[in-house]
Amino acid sequence: MSDLDDLRRTLPMVGAEPSILDDTNIAHVVAHGHHILSRRTVPGLRVDIEETPDAIVGKLIVEAGVQIAQPIHMCFGLAHPTGVQQITIDVQICEGAQARVLSHCLFPLAQAAEHRMQAVVEIGPGASLIYTEGHYHGPHGGMQVLPHATVKIGKGARYFSDFSLLSGSVGNLDIDYLVEVEKDGIAELTAKIFAHKTDRIALKETVVLRGERSRGLIKTRVVLDGEARAEITGITEAHAKGARGHVDCMEIVQGQAHASAIPIVRVFHPEAKVTHEAAIGSVDKKELETLMARGLTPEQAVEVIVSGILR
Amino acid sequence: MILPLLDIRDLTFRVGDQKILDQLDLTIQPREIHALLGANGSGKTTLAYVLMGCEGYVPSGGHILFNGTDLLPLKMYERARFGLTLAWQEPARFEGITVREYLSLGKPDYDPEPALRQVGLDPERYLNRRVDKTLSGGERHRVELASVLSMKPTLAILDEPAAGIDMLSMNHIIDIIRALKAAGGSVLLITHQEEVALIADRASQLCAGRIIFSGSPREAVAHFRGRTCVRCDGEVCHYVRP
Repeated sequence: MSDLDDLRRTLPMVGAEPSILDDTNIAHVVAHGHHILSRRTVPGLRVDIEETPDAIVGKLIVEAGVQIAQPIHMCFGLAHPTGVQQITIDVQICEGAQARVLSHCLFPLAQAAEHRMQAVVEIGPGASLIYTEGHYHGPHGGMQVLPHATVKIGKGARYFSDFSLLSGSVGNLDIDYLVEVEKDGIAELTAKIFAHKTDRIALKETVVLRGERSRGLIKTRVVLDGEARAEITGITEAHAKGARGHVDCMEIVQGQAHASAIPIVRVFHPEAKVTHEAAIGSVDKKELETLMARGLTPEQAVEVIVSGILR
Repeated sequence: MILPLLDIRDLTFRVGDQKILDQLDLTIQPREIHALLGANGSGKTTLAYVLMGCEGYVPSGGHILFNGTDLLPLKMYERARFGLTLAWQEPARFEGITVREYLSLGKPDYDPEPALRQVGLDPERYLNRRVDKTLSGGERHRVELASVLSMKPTLAILDEPAAGIDMLSMNHIIDIIRALKAAGGSVLLITHQEEVALIADRASQLCAGRIIFSGSPREAVAHFRGRTCVRCDGEVCHYVRP
């Protein structure tokens, strides 16, 4: 069985159908390690991606005014227990364009592997990008996963990102996103992570609201069990009149796990406002008892609550 | 002779040296709506938590027989599976869980629409709403009552079910309480609202952790309104002898 087949088989674990790779109306890139296994583009989308010995390097450009009807699928991963994958990618959503990118990161057998993503994303004036990144990891842990990105959101542009790692044990996850928002722009960053065993999670998201009436939301939901550890840092800075930001972090800690949340808010204009809320603890007792009063065992009740939080 | 559905004898619950429930006796019959009245702090909600088996609410003395079975050794979910449930005064909010899922918990084939209609909520508008802070207090209360209805409980403890409900919707709440009885269940109805208490078959007044009066709802409401406490003489609950 080929590496492409192996990755295709894993796609349902992140909610994607393998048949998307056969649909000529859907753009995609599939890369295993530093090999591009499959790619397709659609009108209005330029995919200039190439293999190098050390990385997959390239650009993804949605031309001005173009609305890509179907999501662009980017499937990255390793089908073997070991290996390294470095992705260096520039994403440009030109003025007035709209696109949705679904990024599937698949590591079903990884035990001592590394996945690095270095992305620079530019969203032009009035453009919109919805970026969804789903990770699937096997039970072994032992990976180094380091997605780092800088995102620039132009005037009146919108950026919605949704990162999820809900299956398997990752090992070490170190996310670092910096998002800058110009006048009337919107950034919403959501991350949902379920960490197990000895997983180590470091998540740092920074939203800089540079323009007037720019808006930002950082929403993080993390559930930890076993001996997992997490440090979640959500930073929002507001520099202009009418800028509004909010940082919302919730971490549920079970077993021997540890968690910390560091919300940082900075305001540099008297007519800007940034708020934050952070909650860390075990599953809420009242929620638990409400479900047990409906006949659910404590274990079933925790499962319902956790699945809701990570949805 | 019909055995009571719920038979509470000498129930005592303490927090430190303070008796919150003090040798409380109470019986509820099958298919009975029993209203429980009492001033703030008289022990009504504590009684509900002790009956349901909430964490930290283990009585220091007394017995609770439910359908002839000793309730106290049972865990909370076991009591629920035995037919007992509780609707909290301030229902919990659940991030990410839809009304449809909430009403179908543990019953995958359950159709939640009739229960939702019964509480006056349009299924089309509410089934896919989340049971989170986006629901108003009144909406959340109604969803909670629909959830209780969905269980078809033998005994439902409703703690202030009409709190936060607008006057126009009060009839829905009253209909639900009656529907629980019509379905063969009993209701322990904790309330401050006379119009709700008056639908009960019997009512009791609680003061300082002990039942001081039981009778018809009209008598109990009059007793409550008349500020007549033969137990503490107004020292604890501010109700005094006539």
